[in-house]
Amino acid sequence: MPSNKSVSDAPIAQFTNCRLLRGRRLQREDLWVREGKILNPEKLFFDEKGSADVQLDCKGCILAPGFIDVQINGGFGVDFSLATDDFRSGIDLVGRKILSHGVTSFCPTLVTSPPSVYHQILPQIDVRNGGAHGAGVLGAHMEGPFISKEKKGAHPEHCIRTFEENAFQDLLATYGSLDCVRIVTLAPEIKRSSEVIRELTKRGICVSLGHSVANLSQAEEAVQHGATFITHLFNAMLPFHHRDPGIVGLLTSDKIPAGRRVFYGMISDGIHTNPAALRIAHRAHPKGMVLVTDAIAGMGLAPGRHTLGQQVVEIDGLNTYIAGTKTLSGSVATMDTCVRHFLEATGCSVETALEAASLHPAQLLGIEDRKGTLNYDSDADFLMLDDSLHVQATYIAGEEVWRRDALGM
Amino acid sequence: MRLVILEDYDQASEWAAKYICNRIIQFKPTQGRYFTLGLPTGSTPLGCYKKLIEYHKNGDLSFKYVKTFNMDEYVGLPRNHPESYHSYMWNNFFKHIDIDPNNAHILDGNAPDLQVECDAFEKKIEEAGGIDLFVGGIGPDGHIAFNEPGSSLSSRTRLKTLAMDTILANAKYFDGDLSKVPTMALTVGVGTVMDAREVMILITGAHKAFALYKAIEEGVNHMWTVSAFQQHPRTIFVCDEDATLELRVKTVKYFKGDKTVEAEQNSFLPAVLAQHVWLYI
Repeated sequence: MPSNKSVSDAPIAQFTNCRLLRGRRLQREDLWVREGKILNPEKLFFDEKGSADVQLDCKGCILAPGFIDVQINGGFGVDFSLATDDFRSGIDLVGRKILSHGVTSFCPTLVTSPPSVYHQILPQIDVRNGGAHGAGVLGAHMEGPFISKEKKGAHPEHCIRTFEENAFQDLLATYGSLDCVRIVTLAPEIKRSSEVIRELTKRGICVSLGHSVANLSQAEEAVQHGATFITHLFNAMLPFHHRDPGIVGLLTSDKIPAGRRVFYGMISDGIHTNPAALRIAHRAHPKGMVLVTDAIAGMGLAPGRHTLGQQVVEIDGLNTYIAGTKTLSGSVATMDTCVRHFLEATGCSVETALEAASLHPAQLLGIEDRKGTLNYDSDADFLMLDDSLHVQATYIAGEEVWRRDALGM
Repeated sequence: MRLVILEDYDQASEWAAKYICNRIIQFKPTQGRYFTLGLPTGSTPLGCYKKLIEYHKNGDLSFKYVKTFNMDEYVGLPRNHPESYHSYMWNNFFKHIDIDPNNAHILDGNAPDLQVECDAFEKKIEEAGGIDLFVGGIGPDGHIAFNEPGSSLSSRTRLKTLAMDTILANAKYFDGDLSKVPTMALTVGVGTVMDAREVMILITGAHKAFALYKAIEEGVNHMWTVSAFQQHPRTIFVCDEDATLELRVKTVKYFKGDKTVEAEQNSFLPAVLAQHVWLYI
C-alpha cells in the first residue's frame, strides 16, 4: 500500500524480522525509514493512513545504530596527519573502507604536527553527511600539539607547544582555522588552559584531556571550564594512584558540574589496556565509555612500516610501535573488533557494547537527537549485525552502503 | 445466547480467535465487500489478539478486506500516550497485521467537537454496512464498552463520564495513580453494539464472575448493561472456568453439554465449521 501522497511522495521501507536497539534494549520491532530518517510507524498509520512501500526481511539480524569513531588517525595507507595534494581522496578512501567495520560517522584525527601541516590539511576537511561514498565526517579531532612533553607517546616532541603567551589566539594561529574542528585534545596543566577550554567550549568544540600529567584537581578544574572527554583513558596520562587518581579519577569524581557527564575513550583492542583495566573503568562509570579505534595508516594493511604524521611506525600483528621502540602508537584495530572485544572482556550486555560505540559518542558530541540511536526522526544510519556482532550490512540515510558478500569480504 | 466455557484464559482466547478467523474466512471478504469487525481493548482480549496475529503470520488469515471499529477511546489523552487505545491497538494488533490504515476506525478523544465525532463514527459504521461481528468485553460492574451502570440500553455513540469502578480498574495502567486516569471517554452505545449482526463477549477471570452472573442469570437491567444482549438474536459469551464461579451449577452444566464447542475447538479452517448449530433458548 502506498504512503499518503499528500504528506510525502518518498517511498517507505519497513525492515522486518529483526531485533533493534531502542530504549537501551534489543526489541522485536520493525524499523521504518523514509527520506533518510527513521519513521514513526504509529504516526504514519493514524495520521497519514500510510503503510510501507517495500518490506525487507532482516532474517533475525540485530539492527544497531551506526558506529561513531571519534579518534581515527587514518587507515589503508592513508595518514590524516600527512599533508598531500590529494588529501581529500585519502579521507574518501578511509570513509568508504570503514563502512565494512560498521562506522557510519567519524572524526579524522590529526596528531601533533607543525602549524604548516594544520594550515594545509584543515581546509581540506569538509564536514559532510555520509552515504554510498563513505562514512560521514563529523569534523576533525585535533590531538595535540598542546600536550605534555612527558606524555607525548608517539607524538613528535619538537612540535609540542604551549599557549602561555596568548592562550586562545595561540591555538587559533597554530591550527589556522576552527571551522571544521570538532574535538581538541589538550593537557590541562598547561598554563592558561582554562581560558582556552572556555573559548573552545563556547564555540561548540568538545575539549578532551589527554597526553597529560595533570593531577585530579587540575583535571576537575578543566571539566568545570567545559572539558567533557578523556582521550584514550590510561594511556599517556599519570597512572591511577590512590592518593591522587589523576585524570582517571574523573570517572568517579564528585566535582563534575550537575547535568554534565565526563566521557572517556578507550581502545578496546586487547593491547592498549589490559582487560582488567577495561573492566575497572567500565564498572566505575559505565555511561561514560566511548569506544575508539585510534587506528593509524597501517590499519587494514599488511604488517610493516607506515607513517603517523612526523613519525614512522611498525606494525606487527595487532601491535603498532614507533619504529625501533616499544612505544605504542595508535592501533590497527577496527571498530567492530573493538566492540566485540569490549563485549567479551567485560561480559556486558550486547546493548551496552553497542551503545559504547554509538549512543555514547553521539552524546559526547551533542548529536544524539539525530545520530547514535534508532529513535524516531533520527538519521537512518544503522547496521545489520549477527549475534556475535559481526557487521553484515551498513546503511546510511536508509540506503545500503555496504554488504558482506558470500565470501565474507 | 451461547455460553462457551473453556478451561483457562489461553484456551478461551484461542477459541475466540479461531471463531473470528473462521467467520472472516467464511465471509470471503473482497474489494467492495468488507468484513466489519467491532473490537475491544483491555487485558482480556490480549490473548485473542496474539492468536489472530499468529494466524495472520502463518498465512491463514488476511485483514486486507476487513474494516474495524473500536468500541471506545479516552477523552483528553494524547493519541500517542502509551495508554491511549490508539497505542493499544497499534502495538497489540495493527502493527502486526496487513489491515489498510483507512479501514481501522477508532474514536478520536481529542476531536474539537466530541459529539460531532461520535455522530460521524455512527455514520461510518452505517456506511460500512453495519458490523458483522462485534467483539467486546465486560467490566467488573457489568458494563460493555464504557456504557457504565445506568446507561440507556438503547444508547448510541457518545461522551461518557467513567464510573469509579472503572477508574479504579484502570489505575493499574497509570502507575496506580488515580489522578492520572482519564475520567471521560467516547464510547459506542449499547444500542450501537446491539445493531451488530453477531456479538461475541469475552469474559475471563474470577473478578468478572459476578458481572457474568448478573448479565446472564438475572434480568435485563441498565445497571448491568451487558444484560441487554439477552435480547440480541446472536450472541456468544466466551469465558474460562473462573468466570463461571458465580453461575448456577445447572447453567454451567447445560452449556458445557454443547457438543459443537468441542468440534469448534478442534477445528480449523478452511474445511470444517461449515454448519453451525445455534442453541436457541
